[in-house]
Amino acid sequence: MVQVQVERFAYDVVVIGAGGAGLRAAIEARQQGKRTAIVTKSLFGKAHTVMAEGGCAASMGNVNAKDNWEVHFRDTMRGGKFLNNWRMAELHAKEAPDRVWELETYGALFDRTKDGRISQRNFGGHTYPRLAHVGDRTGLEMIRTMQQKIVSLQQEDFEEHGDYEAMLKVFPECTITELIKDGDRISGAFAYWRDSGKFLLFETPAIVLATGGIGKSFKVTSNSWEYTGDGHALALRAGATLINMEFVQFHPTGMVWPPSVKGILVTEGVRGDGGVLKNSTGERFMFGYIPDVFKGQYAETEKEADAWYKDQDNNRRTPDLLPRDEVARAINSEVKAGRGSPHGGVFLDIASRLPADEIRRRLPSMYHQFKELADVDITSQPMEVGPTCHYVMGGVEVDPDTASSVVPGLFAAGEVAGGMHGSNRLGGNSLSDLIVFGRRAGLGAVSYLDGLAERPTISESDVDDAANRAVAPFDWPTEGQAENPYTIHAELQQSMNDLVGIIRKEEEVQQALDKLVELKERARFVAVEGRREFNPGWHLSLDLRNMLLVSECVAKAALMRTESRGGHTRDDFPGMDAQWRNTLLVCSSDERGTHAEVAAKPQEPMREDLLELFELSELEKYYTDEELTQHSGRAGQ
Amino acid sequence: MSYKGNFKVWRGDDTSGGLEDFVVEVNEGEVVLDIIHRLQATQAPDLAVRWNCKAGKCGSCSAEINGMPRLLCMTRMSVFTEQETITVTPLRTFPVVRDLVTDVSYNYQKAREVPSFTPPENLGLGEYRMKQRDVERSQEFRKCIECFLCQNTCHVIRDHEENKESFSGPRFLMRIAELEMHPLDTEDRTRDAQDEHGLGYCNITKCCTEVCPEHIKITDNALIPMKERVADRKYDPIVWLGNQLFRRGSHNKH
Repeated sequence: MVQVQVERFAYDVVVIGAGGAGLRAAIEARQQGKRTAIVTKSLFGKAHTVMAEGGCAASMGNVNAKDNWEVHFRDTMRGGKFLNNWRMAELHAKEAPDRVWELETYGALFDRTKDGRISQRNFGGHTYPRLAHVGDRTGLEMIRTMQQKIVSLQQEDFEEHGDYEAMLKVFPECTITELIKDGDRISGAFAYWRDSGKFLLFETPAIVLATGGIGKSFKVTSNSWEYTGDGHALALRAGATLINMEFVQFHPTGMVWPPSVKGILVTEGVRGDGGVLKNSTGERFMFGYIPDVFKGQYAETEKEADAWYKDQDNNRRTPDLLPRDEVARAINSEVKAGRGSPHGGVFLDIASRLPADEIRRRLPSMYHQFKELADVDITSQPMEVGPTCHYVMGGVEVDPDTASSVVPGLFAAGEVAGGMHGSNRLGGNSLSDLIVFGRRAGLGAVSYLDGLAERPTISESDVDDAANRAVAPFDWPTEGQAENPYTIHAELQQSMNDLVGIIRKEEEVQQALDKLVELKERARFVAVEGRREFNPGWHLSLDLRNMLLVSECVAKAALMRTESRGGHTRDDFPGMDAQWRNTLLVCSSDERGTHAEVAAKPQEPMREDLLELFELSELEKYYTDEELTQHSGRAGQ
Repeated sequence: MSYKGNFKVWRGDDTSGGLEDFVVEVNEGEVVLDIIHRLQATQAPDLAVRWNCKAGKCGSCSAEINGMPRLLCMTRMSVFTEQETITVTPLRTFPVVRDLVTDVSYNYQKAREVPSFTPPENLGLGEYRMKQRDVERSQEFRKCIECFLCQNTCHVIRDHEENKESFSGPRFLMRIAELEMHPLDTEDRTRDAQDEHGLGYCNITKCCTEVCPEHIKITDNALIPMKERVADRKYDPIVWLGNQLFRRGSHNKH
C-alpha cells in the first residue's frame, strides 16, 4: 500500500488526447458552455495528427464541381469493402465540407484554387480531387489551427473570468492510467504527470477518448511513441467494446532505408501529384494488380493513366492510386517475386514526372525528409518505399450520431473509434473523420451531461487501487527475474510485425498469441529503476499493459476472420467472403484487462436509400444474394 | 558499418547535474535520437528525453548537440567522425526538468498573449476567398513546428532571464507577422508587437533563422517586415498628425 497524494480536479468533460479529434471535441464542449479539460501525453500541439501529410477529404467540389457527399460516401464504402458503419460514412461525407470551412474561420490557410477557394488534390480511392491541403503538411496546419482556436477561446475566458483556464484547460504531458466508474457510468479518470510523476484525479461524468491508434505494437510503423492503444485499452477495461480490430492499415509507402528511419511515412500526395511506382525492371507494376472489384474503374494503360491527371472526364485514374490495402499488397508481392529495390522496397518516382521546382513546392517536407535522412534528392532520384503500419481501422464501438460507447459517459472519436472506415481507410478520410466526429463526440458528451440528474461519485478505494497499479513497476519482484520493459516491448513489436502483419496465416497468428501469453506473464515482473520524475522506463511499463491487451484483440480477431478484406489479408483464405461482410468481430475484456475475448455479431443492414446509391452490379461483388432482394435493380425480377 | 561512439550526456535536474560518459553502438544511417534510445534500452532506462514523431515534424526533441541547438531526430550521426565525442545537453534558455527535458511553458504563456485571428464578420462558411500568392507569406510561417530552437538560441533571452517578461521571442513575433499578413484578418497588432512583445529587442542577428529546422526565413520575412510596419506607423505623417490632434484634443479638456 502506497501513501499517495492525489491532486483533484473537477470538470464537466475530460477529453483524453490532443490530436485533431480531441481538440475539436474540446472546442465543441467549451463552446456549449461546459468546463472542459484536455489531457495529453505530449506537449500541446505535438499530437500525432501533425504527421498527417496529404490532406483532409471533403466534397466541397472546388476543383471538380461534380463532387458531392454521395460520391464521397460511395468512395468511402468501396474503400472499406462495404464493411463500414454506413451511418458514420454518411455523416462524415455530409458534414466534412462544413467542418473544413469552419477551420478557415479559426485561421487555417489551405492552399488555394485560382479563384481563391480551397484547393483540392487527388488521392487514392477518391473519384475526384477532394483533399483540402497545405503542401504536404496538412495535419500540422489542422493541429495548429485548432490549438490556436483553443487559445482564442481561453483569451475570451480571460476577458470574462480573469483566468485563461477558467473553462478550458490543457494538461500537457499527463497520462491517464485508469477510468473510474460509479456503477455502470463514468465518474472520473486517474492520471500521472509525466514530469513530476505525481498523481491527479479527474472527477468528471463525461470522458471523450481521442487517443489515436496502436501502431507502436508493430516494429515498422509510421506512428509516434504515443500510439500505444491507450484509449482502446482504457475503453475495454471500463467495459466498452471494440470492433474491427483485425483491420490494420499498412500504408504502402514508408521509407525503407536507412534502417533507423524505416517506416517513416511518404505521403500518398506523391502519387496524387503524379508520382508512380516502379519495380527493379522499371515496370509500372500497378497495372497488373487491379482487383476484380475495381475492374473498369482504373486506367489499364500508362497512356490513359497519364492523361487522367489533365483530363479526368475522359480518362480513368491511375492504379497507383488504388486504395492503400491494394497498393501495399502489390508492393509486397513485387518484393517477394524478387523485383524489389536494393533495400527491400520498390521505387516511387516523382523525379521524372515533375520539374524539380514543382516537386519542391508541392512536396517540401518529402524533399527535406529524403535529403536529410537518406541523402536522396527526390527531384533527381526515385525514392525507395515499402509498407509500414499506419492506422488501425478498429476501435471503440460507438453510436454513429453521438459517438457514445456502450458505457454511459464514455465517448470516442478519431482513430480510437471503430466503424467509420470499415476494413480499410481511404487516405484523407482520417483528418476529416477527426473534425466531423470530434465535434459530434463533444456534442454527445454535452447532451449526456444535460440529461444527467446527478453527478456520479468516485470511491476512494478505486483511487487507491489505481495508484497502486501505477507504482507497481517500482516494486522489484521478491523472487524470479525482473523484466526490462524495453525488451518486452521490442519482442512484442517483432512478433506482431512478423506474425500479424500485412499477410497473415493461421499458424503464425497462433504463434503470436502464444507469444502474447508469454509476454503478458513476463510483463507482470517488469521493474524499473530510478524515481518517478520524467522516467521513460516507468512510462513505457504502464503503456506496455495497453499494447499487450490491444495486440491480443488484433491477433484474436485476425485468427477468427477466415477471409481477406481490406486491412486483413489471410494467406490461407485469400478471397473475400460475402458472408463475412456484414459480420463484426467485437472485443471485450475483464476489468483488469488481463484477458481479451472476441465474439461475432451481425452489422446493421444499410438504409435502403443509401443502398440505392450503388449500382446493383457493384453490390453483387460484395453482398450475398439474400441481402440484395430489396434493391430496385432486382425489383420485378 | 557499426562502431562504438563516445557520448557525453547531461544528466540531472533543476538543482544539480553534470555530463555523464557513455560508450554506445552506432549503426549506419542513425540519428542522435537513435543513440539516446539505445542508451535508454541498454544502459540508462530512466534517461529522460522528450520526443514524439522521430521524423522532424513535431518539434519535441529539441536539445543542444556539441553546443548547437538541433532536433535530435534530424541530426544524423554521419555528420560526426567516429572518433569524435558527441555532447548532448538540454536547451539552455529554459529550466531543466530532468536530463534532456526542459520546461518550455514560457512559450505557451507567450502564445496566449498574442491576439488571435479575428475573422471578418460578413463571411459565412465556404465564402472565404484568398489568392494563393497572398496566403503564401503566412503559410511560410505556419510551417513552424514549435520546436522552440529559435527561442532557445535568441540572445535576448538565452542568457537574460530578466528579458523574458517583456520579450516574446522570434517564434511569437513571427506569429504576429503571420496574422498581420493573413489576407482576411481584421485585427491590428503592429503596436502590440513593439510595446507588448518586445520587437525592438531584436537586432536582426539572424541566429533564429540559422537554427530553424523548417528553414523559415524568420528574420528576413517576418521580423524585418514587422519592424518596417512599426516604423511606418510611428513616422507616418497622417498617423503622427492624428496622434498630435488627439493629444491636443484630450489636453484641451483639462
